[in-house]
Amino acid sequence: MKIIVAIKQVPERDAPVRVALSRQWIEEADLQFAMNESDAYALEEALQLKEKVGGEVVVISAGPERVATTIREALAKGADRAIHVECDDMAKRDALGVARLLAEAVRPENPDLVLTGLQSDDLGYGQTGVIMAELLSLPHASLILHVERTDSGITVKRELEEGWFQSIELPTPAVLMIQSGGTKLRYATLMGIKRAKTKELRKVTSADLGIENAPVVTLENISLPQKQRSTQILQGTARDTAATLVEKLKFEVRVL
Amino acid sequence: MSGIFVVIEERQGRIGRISWEAVAAGGLLARQTGAKVNAIVIGAQTEHFAAEAAKRISGKVVRIEHPLLAPYTADGFSIALEQFIRTESPEFLVFPHTYQVRDYVPALAARFGRVLIGDVVSIEDGPAYTRQLMQGRLTASYRASGTGTVFVSVQSGAFRADTTESFAAEVSVFNSAIESSQIRTKPGEAFRDSAQTVDLGSAQAIVAVGRGIREQENLGMIQELAAALGAEIAASRPICDNGWLPIERQVGSSGQTVAPKLYLAVGISGAIQHLVGMKGSQCIVAVNKDPEAPIFEVADYGIVGDLFEVVPALTEALKAAHQ
Repeated sequence: MKIIVAIKQVPERDAPVRVALSRQWIEEADLQFAMNESDAYALEEALQLKEKVGGEVVVISAGPERVATTIREALAKGADRAIHVECDDMAKRDALGVARLLAEAVRPENPDLVLTGLQSDDLGYGQTGVIMAELLSLPHASLILHVERTDSGITVKRELEEGWFQSIELPTPAVLMIQSGGTKLRYATLMGIKRAKTKELRKVTSADLGIENAPVVTLENISLPQKQRSTQILQGTARDTAATLVEKLKFEVRVL
Repeated sequence: MSGIFVVIEERQGRIGRISWEAVAAGGLLARQTGAKVNAIVIGAQTEHFAAEAAKRISGKVVRIEHPLLAPYTADGFSIALEQFIRTESPEFLVFPHTYQVRDYVPALAARFGRVLIGDVVSIEDGPAYTRQLMQGRLTASYRASGTGTVFVSVQSGAFRADTTESFAAEVSVFNSAIESSQIRTKPGEAFRDSAQTVDLGSAQAIVAVGRGIREQENLGMIQELAAALGAEIAASRPICDNGWLPIERQVGSSGQTVAPKLYLAVGISGAIQHLVGMKGSQCIVAVNKDPEAPIFEVADYGIVGDLFEVVPALTEALKAAHQ
């Protein structure tokens, strides 16, 4: 089974984010970056499938030069080779623009399965995989926790809202958007990290793919969110704040 | 190119609240464009839902009906709505931002070279659409350009649905042509992994724990705090993903929605997927080391500090208060 996994590099969780002067993106200078969480689960699902049924796992990532570190991490975890779609203006592209880049880079590979994470932790559009499926004319399913190969294709476990699930049968090739938490993530081994250095990492540009950036939805300006409630921040040592909170719960909220 | 159409979603045999919120969002667009709000109900048997919708819709209600539209499939819904859009050329299509909408609307929009503006939390003049970035740490304003239908989906709880206006909208049927061979996926029945034994929905107080707790071994101090408060324990998704607490204790879009008198969030940053499940709580208290954490945007009381110091101090203070 040839499986392509689309991964995105995003600012590390809990990294302090500041709005850039342009107000159209964030200040990247001091940020640490990491593999998007649900993409890490997509990669894990792909690696486990390959271990079960054989084949190849190819990772693809669009983004600037720094993305190479995340690609190497995926290779170190066990992906066989990688495609880096060089793109310096990710935040200026809408979901269709990014999906076009990835779909055109994936198309000549003729994979059996394309996996993406459900949603990026930065822009959070949550659309890339679904649009890729449309562009590649493939069936798809989203919010997938588990994938199993069958005689005629695959069966997936899909998460519904409020604790419900559903099984879906799909023919292959297909595109799946993977939800976090379906399995345990592996760490890269020392041997894996060593091997990653020798694995193929092919670069393509949007010009190579013949895709111009022509967004139909544009991000105009970023700001800090407005508070939904007026928050009283309790000051002092842990002991002080605890005592103040208990007072509040007793006399103002009246839950004690 | 005309008209605002809200695509209504059925929830357990009824029109869900989030669909009415989408209708409210459609109303905001209507005020900017002078158009009326219309609704679309879609499925294999839509008569009942169309009648329910007609009472609260100022424009008209369209039933997009076909035997192959139940159960939901991305292929079926995309084909049916594509045919509708080609016939009616609506100016706006508004959706509730549900799992189902996320599953097919991006593909539907792409068919028209358009992009869904998803998970919108407010609509300003322009129209400009506000949505959240960085897990709710930032907000961003978006605009649609070019010609063609604008696709918008609205976040649960972001628009007020409690209108009292009543209407008697005209109901019509849109006949879609779908072949069974066009439906490529085969969906099964919905199921739960285990029987639900915890009803967080009826709890008066909830202590919820998130990533900040770091290790499963540290959950003990949360249990002590919950016991001192007489509260149920809940968690954000990563805790249940790790198997540290059962999924039935998960609060958020993929878990339960709760609105207790007191919601004490410990080490939870407040990603939107969590906030939608608890922001209706009467009093929200947040303990987090990061003063920028989005959980503080919905909190009534905040303690910025190390939970490993605050939680034991709080448990002690609560025990002392009971004596």
